[in-house]
Amino acid sequence: MSRTWKIFWAVVIGVPVVAFIAWALWDNTRLFAVTFLNGLTLGSLYFIVAAGFTLVFGLMRNVNLAHGSLYLLGGYLGFFVAQWTGWFTLALAAGFAAAALAGLLMQVTIFRFMQGQDLRQTMVTIALSIVIADLLMWGIGAQVHQLEPPAWLNGPLRGIPVINAYSSYRLALLPIGIAIGVALWLFLNRTRVGMMIRAGVDDRGMLAASGVNVNLVFAITFAIGAGLAGFGGVIGAVELSMVPGEDIRMLLASLVVVIVGGMGSVVGAAIGATILGLAETYGLAYAPTYSVVFTFVILVLVLAFRPRGILGRPA
Amino acid sequence: MSAADWRKAMNSGSGRAAMRVQGPVAVLPQEISFQFKNPLAARHVLVLLLVLTFPLFASPFFVYQIGAQSLALGLIALSLTFLGGYGGMVSLAQMTVAGIAGYLVAILGTSAVMEISMKWPWWVAVPFALAGATAAAAFIGWLSVRTEGIYTIMITLAMGVAFYYLCLQNYSIFNGFQGFQQVYAPSVAGINFREAEPFYYLALFWSLAGYFFIKYLLRTPFGIALQGIRDNPRRMNALGFNVTAHRVAAYAVAGAMAGVGGVLFTWYNNLVTPGSVGTSWMINVLVIAVLGGMRHPIGAFLGAIVFVLLQTFAIDMIDRERFNLVIGVVFLAIVLFSPDGLLGWWAGLKVKLTPRGGVR
Amino acid sequence: MRRTFVKTLVGAAVVAAFAGIAYAQQGKPIKIGLLATLEGPFAAGGQDGMRGAEMAIRERGGVVAGRKIELIKASSDAKPDVAVNSTRKLVEQDKVEIMVGPLSGGEGIAVKNYSKSQPQVTFINGGSGAQGTTLQDPSANFFRWNTDGGQWMFGLGKAALDKGYKRVMVIAEDYAFPYSQVQGFMAEYCKLGGKVPVKAWVPLGGKDYSSVIARIPKDVDALLVVLGGADAVNFLNQYEQAGGDKPMLGGSITVSQDVLNYKGKRRDSLVGTLSAGPLADAYDGAEWKKFVADYKKAYPDGYPSPSLFAVVYYTNMKAALDALDAVKGDLSDGHKKYREAMSKMTLKLPTGEHKLDANRQAIGTTFITEVVKDSKGNLYNKFVRKVDNVNQTLGTPPADFKIGSRDEPNCP
Repeated sequence: MSRTWKIFWAVVIGVPVVAFIAWALWDNTRLFAVTFLNGLTLGSLYFIVAAGFTLVFGLMRNVNLAHGSLYLLGGYLGFFVAQWTGWFTLALAAGFAAAALAGLLMQVTIFRFMQGQDLRQTMVTIALSIVIADLLMWGIGAQVHQLEPPAWLNGPLRGIPVINAYSSYRLALLPIGIAIGVALWLFLNRTRVGMMIRAGVDDRGMLAASGVNVNLVFAITFAIGAGLAGFGGVIGAVELSMVPGEDIRMLLASLVVVIVGGMGSVVGAAIGATILGLAETYGLAYAPTYSVVFTFVILVLVLAFRPRGILGRPA
Repeated sequence: MSAADWRKAMNSGSGRAAMRVQGPVAVLPQEISFQFKNPLAARHVLVLLLVLTFPLFASPFFVYQIGAQSLALGLIALSLTFLGGYGGMVSLAQMTVAGIAGYLVAILGTSAVMEISMKWPWWVAVPFALAGATAAAAFIGWLSVRTEGIYTIMITLAMGVAFYYLCLQNYSIFNGFQGFQQVYAPSVAGINFREAEPFYYLALFWSLAGYFFIKYLLRTPFGIALQGIRDNPRRMNALGFNVTAHRVAAYAVAGAMAGVGGVLFTWYNNLVTPGSVGTSWMINVLVIAVLGGMRHPIGAFLGAIVFVLLQTFAIDMIDRERFNLVIGVVFLAIVLFSPDGLLGWWAGLKVKLTPRGGVR
Repeated sequence: MRRTFVKTLVGAAVVAAFAGIAYAQQGKPIKIGLLATLEGPFAAGGQDGMRGAEMAIRERGGVVAGRKIELIKASSDAKPDVAVNSTRKLVEQDKVEIMVGPLSGGEGIAVKNYSKSQPQVTFINGGSGAQGTTLQDPSANFFRWNTDGGQWMFGLGKAALDKGYKRVMVIAEDYAFPYSQVQGFMAEYCKLGGKVPVKAWVPLGGKDYSSVIARIPKDVDALLVVLGGADAVNFLNQYEQAGGDKPMLGGSITVSQDVLNYKGKRRDSLVGTLSAGPLADAYDGAEWKKFVADYKKAYPDGYPSPSLFAVVYYTNMKAALDALDAVKGDLSDGHKKYREAMSKMTLKLPTGEHKLDANRQAIGTTFITEVVKDSKGNLYNKFVRKVDNVNQTLGTPPADFKIGSRDEPNCP
């Protein structure tokens, strides 16, 4: 796009946004600040879930539409573990492990035999998502499952300037999301396996040709991606509760994050998640009826001008 | 550049598409030779006779709930088969387009929501609804076609869901959660199309029209070019075809068909709500298309019949509550073992059953 | 000897005569269709609804007016098109004579529209509470024996003012049922001088209430929360986590048993919440106590107390069977006598007495309740007060009555 067009679009999008921020700050500073925090923390949760999705897609070109069901699986299991043992960290680990195991099973027993058939893999994931969601509802029931935050994160944090009080658990989501992001980045950029994954994302054929056990790398990646979904599930079970239907919601959020941020890019997922989280919460706060339309408009804009996402790379 | 380099350049990059065609089991139709045969086989006559005389021996319930519903859904699934099977773009937004047509018929025509419906007569409302659906489909196509094949599912799913939320939240045009009730098929020349038999024949007429239109379209230069684009877009581009324009046009054609199916489906249900365009219906349409098999247009209708039968009678066989599980397992089995759906399974069976040496 | 023989003969003849009469009264079985949401978001409520309907059948031993009851069940997922498909199958394929259902508001309106095309079957509501079903364009063969969403909240306005809540903020989902609930509350509340400065309509299924919570002004005395199921649980949780401490007024399904029994720590912040609806868990009427005991015995894996859905489905099924009794099971004249009997009937329920108005809508009792915790730590609804003979227009003349919507009624 030429320079004039870039400036034109920057003005068309940027000016209303800046004007809105100025008005909102003047109108109700507290609401603006709280909404900003809400958006960042929601974005954190979306990032954790979407990072797994984009990792799997980036390396294996597998659009895993069962990602939401893995979220649900991890969340429910984490809930039960927390109930039996009373340890929140154990629940987190259990949620991660359960989803990772499920993901590993899926990769090793089904997807391994469908390399290259992207469409078929996607349809299998759709079928799996329907089956897993219904099995979970059959076994666990349709009741709402609300996980308790750990005792030291329970209740509001008081005395914050401007905002006064904010849910400490929700605030903790931000450092958790950042920690996961940093850990993922370190994993991808500072370990051997990470190096192999990055190489595979760039050129799968070359990776196989250089003697790496590609199936092992795929299995590890799928396990990590799925595990992240399960981990997100446990975290979400506290903030947003577990109920049938959450899987579709989280899947769609992951889709939008990855489309906006770019497929296969973890940094892109972070950017996309932040944008989505902020758009949703500001929409809900200032224009609840049309909050979803904002998300849609962002999606359409990104697709129209950068079809591969902000940091997307060619396939 | 040597000939070998040229071939390599042509076949890599989009080589995934080439790999797909050479893959052992493809979800997409490989044969194009069938298009050039047109024998009127016994089975064609038999099927035609069966569908034409169906109301004579079936109860009104079967004619309406099973027959007409299958035909309307089959038409929508046919648009997906055309787009996905022959165009290589599996779009989950076909139900969305159908829903747009349904909503437009409700908004422009008569419904229970007096404040919104404009009460135009049906012969004005329906063409506008179809035009709207086609335009929407072209817009969705324009947004989706500039990316690689597998992105299409994701993008169309996201757009479909965005439309669902728009219908859910907006009360001034879409009447939000309630949607539009009492959207009835019209009475024309004394025939009340709300009755089971006339409606069935209406749906049958449009289904046959859609089916033969697709078969015809696939033999035209446009259709052949589309299949070429599915197989190797780069080569087609090099040959001078405007790949994007062809794809968007394919979306528009599929959109028109889905629009007709959508109007029929809305008239069948006598209502259109956000639930009609939600994720479950979007995926159901994909399940129908894959269930029947995307290798031939008749697969869409086959899949629709099986789906509707399952949906209606599942509660008598197992709990209706587990209907989703049954559909999911059936879909999983089909995609794992017979990706060409029922048609592929039938073709495989025929090969096994013919005496040795028999090749289809 | 001869006398004994004659006595035995007469005795046998009498027995035979009675047996003959009994046998003649044995009609063919009566098919009743039952539709509830067993899939999707209301699945838990739908299950309990079916339990309630089955209790009404069980009370009569499975037989009504000498005819055996054949119950055919169907399920939907709160989508109107699925509900109509399921209903159509029951009516046209399985040929049920009486149809009980559906559960949710949107489905109710769709089934009512369908009922107009099937005049030979009598349709009775299941649980749907949208005002429009019987108020706008009613159907001659659709009967609703449960009070609607607006009627369920009548009386709460006065109770709120009694507790000193002069300014209330409304947080409700953005569709017809919460509109009717809010109207039921505000119709009385505004008339008696209460003020509602802010109404926050949240999208259905939105789980993130942080933005709404941020918008709660400092100067409201209480929050009227009309959310259902998972949304209610989320809101309560997030509100407490964010340090909110304003008292709450609950909608009828916000503090229903299926919400109070969500899996997780019991929220102490819920204790003291006022609400209103067609039942009170701890009402000490003798009939009600018996009903609860029967429920607990028949369904040990159900809730500690029947939920709103069980009670509403029980109401409608009992009405269907009582009216059948009144016409002695005779539906041969196209249900004319049956429907007439139903229109004039007074239905005796564990929760009071219901009658029908001209639109075949119930006039009934509304209970004002308060949430308390029992010795075992379970939450339930304590009975505070009840209001009898609440009709659909909530006491206003029908000509002035407007169906609840986003902006109606209004008293900032």
